Amino acid sequence: MTGKRYRWIRFVKTGGIHASLMAYSALVLFPILLVFMNSFKDQMAIFGEPLKPPTPETFSVDGYRTLFEIANFGHYFVNSLIVTVVSLLLIVFLGAMAGWALAEYDFKLNTFMTIYLALGIMVPIRLGTVGILKLMAGCGLVNTLTALILVYTAMGLPLSIFILSRFFAQLPPDFKDAARIDGASEYRIFTLVLPLVRPALGTVAAISMIPVWNDLWFPLILAPSEKTKTIVLGAQVFLGQFLNDWQAVLAALSLAMIPAILLYLAFSKQLIRGLTAGAVK
Amino acid sequence: MRRKPFPWHITVFLAPAVLIYTTFMIYPMLESLNISLYSTIEDGKQIFVGLGNYIKLLTDPIWKEPFWNAFWNNVVFFIVHMTFQNPIGLFLAVLLAANIRGAWIYRTIIFTPTILSVVLVGFAWKLILSPTWGIWFPILDKLGLSNNEVAIALLGSEQSALITLSLISVWQNVGIPMMLFLAALIRIPTELIEAAQVDGASSWKIFWKIQFPLIIPTVGIVAILTFIGNFNAFDLIYATQGAIAGPNYSTDIMGTFFFRTFFGYQLRPGNPSMGATIAGMMLLIILVGVLIYLFGWQRRIEEVEF
Repeated sequence: MTGKRYRWIRFVKTGGIHASLMAYSALVLFPILLVFMNSFKDQMAIFGEPLKPPTPETFSVDGYRTLFEIANFGHYFVNSLIVTVVSLLLIVFLGAMAGWALAEYDFKLNTFMTIYLALGIMVPIRLGTVGILKLMAGCGLVNTLTALILVYTAMGLPLSIFILSRFFAQLPPDFKDAARIDGASEYRIFTLVLPLVRPALGTVAAISMIPVWNDLWFPLILAPSEKTKTIVLGAQVFLGQFLNDWQAVLAALSLAMIPAILLYLAFSKQLIRGLTAGAVK
Repeated sequence: MRRKPFPWHITVFLAPAVLIYTTFMIYPMLESLNISLYSTIEDGKQIFVGLGNYIKLLTDPIWKEPFWNAFWNNVVFFIVHMTFQNPIGLFLAVLLAANIRGAWIYRTIIFTPTILSVVLVGFAWKLILSPTWGIWFPILDKLGLSNNEVAIALLGSEQSALITLSLISVWQNVGIPMMLFLAALIRIPTELIEAAQVDGASSWKIFWKIQFPLIIPTVGIVAILTFIGNFNAFDLIYATQGAIAGPNYSTDIMGTFFFRTFFGYQLRPGNPSMGATIAGMMLLIILVGVLIYLFGWQRRIEEVEF
């Protein structure tokens, strides 16, 4: 009797959990799907029946056509890609080198360096913008992708070093000692241990990627020229100018969301592991 | 005694990261604080004014009013996140931790908005809430709220625009506290919860007596991360309401105030020294928050634990 009752309670409870999570998921998906769906409809249908999916009669890609004729989205996309990929490589690789040094070697300035580098986790780099713009103007780097890459690398390094040094510290010492006895140089040992923390490198890349790809602030201030616009800034400017062309606006929103969602689905495992520091399997 | 050779390899490993970090983060931050101590006079000369700019920001009516407006709006922005984003995130995390099938699908979906650019999210919501599109009118009709004013009021009125934008930000960012809480909940040994279930404890009781006390450190981390993120926010307001944070500055927060002052807007030229001063105030606000967290919250937690 009690077993049956227990199972019944459990069934109701599980059902309730699924219902709540489904309801919240619907709240999350509704705006995104609404934008996607309507981006493939003609102007009449967008306003007439916003909640209905496109039909053969209402299907239209005029918005996308406007987008490709007027805005240079392909070019913006390449800019974003260059900035993100180069910054991530620097964040991960330089972060691994520094993280290794802090985790492996006992030296006088170790504690100081750890705290100094950790400051950047708490203090947002945006607050140094006045100084950054002055510096970039002094170096002639305004309106270059290099300026963005340098700033994002500086922004991403603190967390990268912090996470990676903790992973390096967890490595068993036997392996390194064996290599040292064999006469391997410290540089050689670093190249040997790097593959051992590969999952952590992926994790750092995944969590560093989001703020770099999505940033509006620094492209707006450091690199607003047509030549160096990133996709987020390009979308922002385009959306502001074409406010009344709903087809084009919805198409721009959809087109800018797709690469982010695809990247997310590809890296969600690393990303979630990064956020939860290995707790979620 | 032989002297140890200088550890060049440590320098080689650390130098690139330390150099980039120092040049493009620490140095500009100090330079910005330095700029905030100077004022430009008519002929373009810089004169040292000490904390004069800060005093001006806090007392001169021209600066005082927008500063406190942005500050209190930012406080409201933060309070909305604390009352909605973090409890909802915790609630979702508890549901996800309940060991149900397909939890990873929900987790992936609910986190999706967090990875999207704030610009896109802000714009998408602006369209959805726009009275021009009027998606909500049929629903409002059915609810008996036939007046369009409800929808128009959301982003268009001074009273509600800030709250509406805060809730859009909550919608986007709820995934972060959810993940952090979920990670903490999963670390709780299952035996603890199973034992309580065998004793007949309700889920409500299990949450308050076992789960919540054990994740209190995460509650603090989530709060301080929310605080830093909120007092540094900019993109959402700029993307939806523009640099002047309308209607009538009712959605102006520290980030937009900083941008407007530093970079100028419409015909008003930018003012680097006052911009740097506002950034200095933002730094101070964030540091106060971090110090309260470290000494007021974390230390007390440690006292309880040991």
